[in-house]
Amino acid sequence: MTTQIVEAQTGKSPGSTGSGWKRLAGMREIGLILIILALFAAMSFASPYFLTWENMRAMAMAFAVEGIVVVGMTILLISGGIDLSVGSVTALAMVIAGLLFLNGVDPWTASLIAILACTAIGALMGFFVTKVGLHHFIVSLAAMVIARGACLLGTGGRPLGLFTLPPEFKFIGQGSIGVIPVVIVIFVVVVVAFDFMLRRTTMFRKVFYTGSNEKAAAYSGIRTKKVIFLTTTLCSALCGFAGVIYMARFGSAQPTFGVGMELNVIAAAVIGGASLSGGSGTIFGAILGTILLSVVSSSLALLDVSVYWQDIIRGSILLAAVTIDHYLSKRRR
Amino acid sequence: MSDVILKVSHLSKAFGAIQALRDVQFELRRGEIHALAGENGAGKSTLMNIIDGILQPDSGEISLDGRPVRISSPAAAQRLGIGLVHQEIALCPDITVAENIFMAATNASRFLLVDYAGLHRRAAEILSGLGDIDPSALVRSLSISQQQLVEIAKALTLDCRVLILDEPTAALTEKEATVLFAIMHRLAAEGIAIIYISHRMAEIFGHCDRVSVFRDGQYVVTHQVAETTPTDIVNAMVGRVVDNRYPAKFQGDSLAAPAILEVENLSSPGLFSDVNFTLRRGEILGFGGLIGAGRSEIVKGICRIDETATGTVRLEGKPLDARRYQQSIKEGLVYLSEDRKGDGLFLDMSIAANVSALRLGLVSKGGIIDQRRENQQASDLGRRLNLKCGHVRQPVSALSGGNQQKVAIAKMLSVNPKVIFLDEPTRGVDVGAKLEIHRILRDLANAGVGIVVISSELPELIGVCDRVLVVREGRINGVVSGDAMTEQNIMYLASIDAEQARAGGARP
Repeated sequence: MTTQIVEAQTGKSPGSTGSGWKRLAGMREIGLILIILALFAAMSFASPYFLTWENMRAMAMAFAVEGIVVVGMTILLISGGIDLSVGSVTALAMVIAGLLFLNGVDPWTASLIAILACTAIGALMGFFVTKVGLHHFIVSLAAMVIARGACLLGTGGRPLGLFTLPPEFKFIGQGSIGVIPVVIVIFVVVVVAFDFMLRRTTMFRKVFYTGSNEKAAAYSGIRTKKVIFLTTTLCSALCGFAGVIYMARFGSAQPTFGVGMELNVIAAAVIGGASLSGGSGTIFGAILGTILLSVVSSSLALLDVSVYWQDIIRGSILLAAVTIDHYLSKRRR
Repeated sequence: MSDVILKVSHLSKAFGAIQALRDVQFELRRGEIHALAGENGAGKSTLMNIIDGILQPDSGEISLDGRPVRISSPAAAQRLGIGLVHQEIALCPDITVAENIFMAATNASRFLLVDYAGLHRRAAEILSGLGDIDPSALVRSLSISQQQLVEIAKALTLDCRVLILDEPTAALTEKEATVLFAIMHRLAAEGIAIIYISHRMAEIFGHCDRVSVFRDGQYVVTHQVAETTPTDIVNAMVGRVVDNRYPAKFQGDSLAAPAILEVENLSSPGLFSDVNFTLRRGEILGFGGLIGAGRSEIVKGICRIDETATGTVRLEGKPLDARRYQQSIKEGLVYLSEDRKGDGLFLDMSIAANVSALRLGLVSKGGIIDQRRENQQASDLGRRLNLKCGHVRQPVSALSGGNQQKVAIAKMLSVNPKVIFLDEPTRGVDVGAKLEIHRILRDLANAGVGIVVISSELPELIGVCDRVLVVREGRINGVVSGDAMTEQNIMYLASIDAEQARAGGARP
């Protein structure tokens, strides 16, 4: 399953990788694919269970929804921002939609309201960053704590069981079209759509200009504050969307869901080539980063490696990726 | 002659291929105020940085009180009694005046604890002679001129015998400058030798004893101020052979050509005021003046990058109604920044993505960028500008300075502008690319594009432009054209108030 996604993606990139700049970016993506394939090969020997359909499916399900958040984070990173609140905001979407549902609102309307609420949180963060002039890091740190607090307040700290969710809503998170889970279909649509937009639309090109050199972008007549406001808002909106899908998938709303998600998401984007100083990154690369981290976790779990070791290994992979990137970009200068 | 305190001889310093100082000499006597004059890039700052130990010379000798010394760092300079007040203010904004003044002393202190009470008391003593500044105030809360005085106080605490002031009055008002001069005279009377760097002839001739002139990294001459004139000094500052490798000038009567751009009463508080000029079809108009005179600011005001500027701008006879720079671009006004890397280009992005940045609509349809058209646009403009690159999808950072500048120019030309403003278009560009850029500008002018060039290089202004407006302290101090377009005239207008000069000579 995973390899299929990879192939579908590489199938469309050659058209845009014909040149020097893209080839450099492409090199990283090919490198990541090779590492992932090598892991697959090694794991298929190490564990008979690894290459089974169930395991592939479980792995894909694990990163698919988080992958939607990675998309938002990558775009925000490209514009030069960062968002630490993604985990809490995703959980808040679940809690808002869950509470509304329990109070008699139909799940579709409840989901829409939850997504809008998250969008509003993003807009508020964008306001503090662009109008007040605070740093993304601090603003989103505050939002992270506030949103988590709101989750606990709304639920009293206990998960909301949503057993009465209608089957057509649960279908989003649990159903399949043929053999392919709906979650993965949604994920692929979101990824392909945003990857295309980021590569080709004028709207998202301005995100690159802004992150690459905000002053030069302003001197090119681009309204950089507006760009940053919109990328901040978009990231939270995608968190809201992901939260709703999680709710459908779990059939519950968990106020403590997504603790530490921001680190995973940022790590995936950075491994995939996004720069913390803005101006570079691709959705495709970031998704490969997500897949890599997910395959590593899954492999370590199958190999019975302690959970604590898993964190150490994940952190080391991040450090290695960033170090390699640092040297590569130095040579490019 | 026995009271020579500092003597520099045969000093040379190179930065890479650029010879910043070539076999220079300089002599400073006890109790004198010695002016250092020269154009931007003449080597004054390099020499001062060497004397203060920030830079090390490649060869040559510095002696203090007749003994040769090696000044290995600013701390070593301090121990020798040399204090430098930089042109840019380098104070810590979030700590108090007293702590700033004694930063060096605290750094050198062998005690663990800082005696804050003593610090404030001693700071108050020093400041009492300089002006009304509270030693316990945070530096952030002070005006620029007060900060300048704190910088001077800082140098004075070091018990210096040689005090170097690098354009200290640039940020001061007339009144504050008068106070500063009084302090300088007092210090000189106490036997401190002062090196005073300034472009302003009035200050040199009003307050200094001797003046040394530097040009292109070389020592030219030293005069007693009483025995020379501002004109002589200006001549010494610019007196070099202008190499004549510039494209042909505008053929025809520039005053008869139709106006492309008319600017009336353009002002922006604190930056420039009452700017009036007309740019005519086919001519290249230059903006001359010293760094900080307000040339870039005026141009940014015209383009609405500075949105607070007031006044009238007419483009081809029609008043320009742009509130933002984006709208100015649409109307056909574009600006090339002087800081190519800082705010001109997207270095890590491709050549094509840079060229298309001003108006993506030209290479897209329905909001989707057509990469083929974007590449085509970049390679067409690249060919026109003789851009040397492997592929238009290469990152700009891979190019040489000259080719990067061509990308920046291609970016401007991508929108078919009516008027382009180029701020230091050949800074950091090699000679070959420079000539090409000059040729490109002339071709554009011949094709009817209005061109305004800001340059701190006088030969370039004279060689490229048909007329030069000289800006001084935010005002247009004069216009030169034809045979009157000489380095002497431009330098004169850049450093001496024309009104005042007409009223009663350059000496106040």
